Amino acid sequence: MADKIMRVEHVSKRFDGLLAVDDVSLDFASGSITALIGPNGAGKTTLFAIVSGFLRPNGGRVLYRGGDITGQPSHRLARMGIARTFQIVQPFADLSVHENIAIGAHLSRPARAAALAAAAEVAGLVGLGDLLERRAASLTVSGGKRLELARALAITPTLLLLDEVLAGLNPSEIRDMLPVIRAIRDRGVTIVMIEHVMQAVMSLADTVHVLAEGRLIAEGPPLSIAGNSRVIEAYLGRGAAGRLAAVGGGNG
Amino acid sequence: MLSPVILIPAVLNGLLIGAVYALVALGLTLIYGVLHIINFAHGALLTAAMFAAFFVHRLLGLDPYLAAVLLTPLFFVFGYGLQRFIIAPAAHGEDRNILLVTLGLAVIIENGLLYAFRADTRTINLDYAFRVIDLGIVFLAVPRVVAFGVVIVVALILWFVMSRTDTGRAIRAVAKEKLGAELSGIDVAHIYAVTFGLGTACLAIAACLLIPTYYVNPQAGNAFVLIAFTIVVLGGMGSVAGALLGGLFVGVVESLSGLYLGESLGQLGIFVMFILVLLFRPNGLFGERI
Amino acid sequence: MTARLLLPLLLVVVALALVPAVVTSNVALNFMVTVLLIALVGQGWNVLGGYGGQYSFGHSAFFGTGAYVTAILQVRYGVNAWLGFALGIATGALVGAAIGAVSFRSGLRGSYFALVTLAFAEVLRILASVTPITGAGVGTLIKLDLRPEALQFQSRVPFYWIILALVAISLIVARVIEASRFGAWLVAVRENESAARALGVNATLMKVSAMTISAAITAAAGCFYAQYFLFVDSGIAFGPWISVEALLAPIIGGIGTVFGPLLGALVVKMLGELAKLVAGDAPGLDLVIYGCVLILVVAFAPRGVGGVFHEFYNFVSRAWTPAPTPMRRRDG
Ligand SMILES: Nc1ncnc2c1ncn2[C@@H]1O[C@H](COP(=O)(O)OP(=O)(O)OP(=O)(O)O)[C@@H](O)[C@H]1O
Ligand SMILES: [Mg+2]
Repeated sequence: MADKIMRVEHVSKRFDGLLAVDDVSLDFASGSITALIGPNGAGKTTLFAIVSGFLRPNGGRVLYRGGDITGQPSHRLARMGIARTFQIVQPFADLSVHENIAIGAHLSRPARAAALAAAAEVAGLVGLGDLLERRAASLTVSGGKRLELARALAITPTLLLLDEVLAGLNPSEIRDMLPVIRAIRDRGVTIVMIEHVMQAVMSLADTVHVLAEGRLIAEGPPLSIAGNSRVIEAYLGRGAAGRLAAVGGGNG
Repeated sequence: MLSPVILIPAVLNGLLIGAVYALVALGLTLIYGVLHIINFAHGALLTAAMFAAFFVHRLLGLDPYLAAVLLTPLFFVFGYGLQRFIIAPAAHGEDRNILLVTLGLAVIIENGLLYAFRADTRTINLDYAFRVIDLGIVFLAVPRVVAFGVVIVVALILWFVMSRTDTGRAIRAVAKEKLGAELSGIDVAHIYAVTFGLGTACLAIAACLLIPTYYVNPQAGNAFVLIAFTIVVLGGMGSVAGALLGGLFVGVVESLSGLYLGESLGQLGIFVMFILVLLFRPNGLFGERI
Repeated sequence: MTARLLLPLLLVVVALALVPAVVTSNVALNFMVTVLLIALVGQGWNVLGGYGGQYSFGHSAFFGTGAYVTAILQVRYGVNAWLGFALGIATGALVGAAIGAVSFRSGLRGSYFALVTLAFAEVLRILASVTPITGAGVGTLIKLDLRPEALQFQSRVPFYWIILALVAISLIVARVIEASRFGAWLVAVRENESAARALGVNATLMKVSAMTISAAITAAAGCFYAQYFLFVDSGIAFGPWISVEALLAPIIGGIGTVFGPLLGALVVKMLGELAKLVAGDAPGLDLVIYGCVLILVVAFAPRGVGGVFHEFYNFVSRAWTPAPTPMRRRDG
């Protein structure tokens, strides 16, 4: 069993009356790709915000490389190697793509020239090499997602949290991105990805965790999840698994 | 030290003065609640209204309370025009720009008045200005009692407009969900301007209530507007009820701290309170939006 | 830091250094001193507002601190003027750090930050107008003592050198910020604070640091003011006029640029003089014009007068260069 880079223990987060994350415990194995899936409003992004220091949980704790990081500010966690992307892209709108990425590269490289050089390299990695001088605000959806990824990579993270980096991309763009993500993992970065694109989850993830209404309802390898009736019901409503099975039976 | 003979008049006078503060704050909070901008020109507009009230009295011989009838619609139109034809087009919808444009307006209005009327402080003399009502334990100045009554009436009218008229409903819709309101066919630019006009109209009324007992010079409005900012932040940005309660509260605080600390330090008390509230409770003590 | 980056700066400073050689009238030199004074105040504002995106409406807090500390130390404690000058800058920086720390730590931004800076400046103004140590309502007069050791001079020319040196330093500071990681991170915080934090940027620290530098620069202008006019009172030192000029200069000249504040100060002060020429020395008129220019710049030239020049320059240089070769096509 590979060691765990991060453990989430009994974490809960409440917004006014709503329990967005409800007593969730899970862990991420070093060097793996883990997918976090679940219907809209399940609490996935909220969980990311908690483990990356953007939100303080109401209960529970988060361990990273064995140490308790609960409630630590986001910039300190980033310095410890936890990088996140944003579901709604958050570019430095008025800056160039190059400069956007360099901001991240600066974390380990104080000199401007070094940061810019590293940024150009990372840009090449995610396919932004030709757009370095473009203003970030003028990027397409797919360009914006790539930029999110590039900036996070530029801080040379140990744990990379990707919040729907494939959403809004067309099938061929998604096909281009899969090897990029796999290559990042192969360089030793642990990846956790929130994803609605099932094709990507199936092909990339070693483990899948399923959240619904703030609770963890299933976990395991992708294939076991795909057939899990609780998961299907969470997505499609009560009784859906049965109906689906009936339809599937009819076809087979 | 806390003799009721001193305390009760101080509290009552604080409440009366607080009502006018509340009216100034009401305009500010209305604009904030709907447009989500802080109108830095609010003080200068109040000064302009006070000058208007002063000259309507001086030149037309109109009693300030009657002048309100003339000036309120006038300032509504003025505010409407400012938002519609200057602030909105110049700011391109960016918060930082709005900040600068309203500041620019404040500078223009205040110094325009300075240029036109010099720094002289002017007052008007009315026979009822010094008349008092004797309540046995306390004397209350008539103009302040009138002001208190008018503010209550204005607040009621405003409440009626906001809750019972189509325009009011549209304003609330825009305040809550601008995009949704736009999609359902509401002319957001118009509603913004109407709101700005209403906020400015509140200032015209406040000016007419102030002028019988107060003085006017090109900076007269500023003192009130910093108090109004305090009230608005205290009462919760955008909250009408918060502005009213906050206004009365600040009036009392000022009256009491003036009693114990002296005039200028009393003012200091308000600023210190303002800073503390900003730092620790930026959502205000009463919190809720319109 | 390459020579290429510093060269334009050097050229501008040298050009300004030639002014006293050409201009001999006291009025004109006085005018240039005022321009440089506002350029300095504006550069202070620009570090925080231009690069950091935090719009302060109360920079008079720092200007006034510098002015009062310089004056009071000399008058009440017999401290040497040069030392008083340095301590004025240091105190201003401290006040900036303190106000920045409490404001940014409690998460104030946008209009709220503008409001709180305004309130702090007002608190200082009221305090200065009542406490005995500042001379209360009367103000503080620095005794005439025309010796260089006392930082007072017969002629205006040495004052010109001093303010020019301060402006030169502020230009270098701005340039160094631009070319450093600190500057890159500061701009990142301006553009998107959440994103910056996610990339390991301590946003609060960046903003507080920027405010400290910003306050030090603006305080230096206040120290100079006290020494130049030998008089400080609460309305001058902590009044709203200096807060307004502090932001006017960079916004009109070009916000978040090295030369913006200098250019803006020049434009603003020339407009002020023009107004005096046309309408006589009437109080208020210059500020009416500044207000109009502020709105016009925000509306039509968001990058300031400098931006307009820049676009014009680009336009001309494009017109003069041959048409570019078509871009290489990428393989799909
Ligand atoms: N700052 C907040 N304040 C109040 N409620 C919030 C806040 N952030 C999220 N929520 C609510 O918490 C719940 C979980 O939201 P979250 O964004 O974590 O869902 P998600 O699983 O990422 O959904 P999606 O797939 O749509 O991105 C939702 O009901 C959302 O409305
Ligand atoms: Mg989400």
